[in-house]
Amino acid sequence: MSTSILYDIPGPRTRLRNNVYALLGAIGLIVIAYFVYSKFDQAGQWSAKLWTPFIDPQVWTGQILPGLAGTLSAALVAAILSLLFGVVFGLGRLSEHRWLRLPSATIVEFFRSIPVLMMIFFAQAGAFDLFGYTMSAFTAVVIGLTLYNGSVLAEVFRAGITSIPRGQAEAAYAIGLRKSGVIRLILLPQAVTAMMPAIVSQMVVVLKDTALGYIIAYEELLNTGFRQLPATFANIVPAAIVIAAIYILINLGLGQVAHWLERRSRRSRLKAPRTSTRSTIPQGTVT
Amino acid sequence: MNALISNLDSVLASFWATIRLTVVSAIFALILGTILATMRVAPTPVFRLAGTVYVNTLRNTPLTLVLLFCSLGISNVLKLNFSDDPSVNGYWFAVLGLSAYTSAFVCESLRAGIGTVSLGQAEAARAIGLTFVQSLRLIILPQAFRSVIGPLGSVLIALTKNTTVVIVAGYAEAAYLMSEMIYEGSGTVPIFLGFALGFIVLTLPTGFFFSWLSKRMAVVR
Repeated sequence: MSTSILYDIPGPRTRLRNNVYALLGAIGLIVIAYFVYSKFDQAGQWSAKLWTPFIDPQVWTGQILPGLAGTLSAALVAAILSLLFGVVFGLGRLSEHRWLRLPSATIVEFFRSIPVLMMIFFAQAGAFDLFGYTMSAFTAVVIGLTLYNGSVLAEVFRAGITSIPRGQAEAAYAIGLRKSGVIRLILLPQAVTAMMPAIVSQMVVVLKDTALGYIIAYEELLNTGFRQLPATFANIVPAAIVIAAIYILINLGLGQVAHWLERRSRRSRLKAPRTSTRSTIPQGTVT
Repeated sequence: MNALISNLDSVLASFWATIRLTVVSAIFALILGTILATMRVAPTPVFRLAGTVYVNTLRNTPLTLVLLFCSLGISNVLKLNFSDDPSVNGYWFAVLGLSAYTSAFVCESLRAGIGTVSLGQAEAARAIGLTFVQSLRLIILPQAFRSVIGPLGSVLIALTKNTTVVIVAGYAEAAYLMSEMIYEGSGTVPIFLGFALGFIVLTLPTGFFFSWLSKRMAVVR
């Protein structure tokens, strides 16, 4: 049994009491599960014809996999662009020039405080209204995701660079590097390494938010799996469960990568002298 | 610009709907998140498992899918409804989806906060004979809450912005009105800037307030 700071290793009486609680908890969960089961049963959701489409290879090759490809391609393009956006505006906010610092700060704060969905709507409607250009749903989703996640990543990069001890930059200037060299060779690599877990968790946000494409009819996983598939088979509840499982598996995989990177960076940081012993709270990434 | 001014009443009404949705969902998410955090640190493995499964499921599912499942799955197919009035029903399903989703993030922030409470506090609580629930309620959680005010503020801001996604659950709030007004074709840019300003007015002060509060309430160690 894992030891926690919150309770002692239980003695015989506590073990008995814990077992009683475990039993009660299990009964409670079974009651909830039975309630869900019976509601599904009443609505006929266990009927085989609703679930068999998911073992049909044609459903996978025809709808789910193309949708997944749409989700992953939008997420990939948005991820790359938001990393670029984040580096540019994160460095912009740290610039010594006020004319660079102020616009960068304004842009980052603006896009961080408005909803992604509104940016997606505006990208599509604005492009048509201002330039008469009919923007594809893919582009609108990518623009919305890039502006929001790029702004979040800009703050991540900024935090990463400011957390590097000043001696690093001073040493770099001392050996004769220019400002661009100091940033490119010394500061940015260390900031990216330190912030890698936060960057990867932000990728989970990018991937999840591609589902907003559903609203503007972009052909992604939610659209093909949850709108087109149930339109043929009338199996909206089973479809929701299968689609959610796909999202959860991919995101748990990304989460594991973030966790692994965090452990790795913590291990390498242990060798360096520690500046602070206070445990810090991760800001967390939320969409 | 004219469209915004002539429709000022409905614009303000739509933002009022956003605020109502945010506040009510935040209250439910805070309660549910606290219960989940308690479950995830409980000595009983069944509760820990249930909490972990819930948090991992909701945190990794897109909010769009959560809300769609509420409105299309639970309401239309499973026929579980809050009310016969469609707008009241839509509102409560939006609250259900938003608070179910947000509670997973509240739980994770709070769990991080429990991790920052120093060991001596928990040991002292046990030494004076407090039970698990008592030590959590009287000693651990009050300190944990104070150390995660900042992250909880970010969760609240995210929730405010996430209310726009309830467009898929058929409840009208600010983003819905914005898309309607853009569709009617009365100047895209001013409408977007107007609604963006509305969200900035909601989220920026919240951010400032929570960072001030987290400094003021910080636990001195």
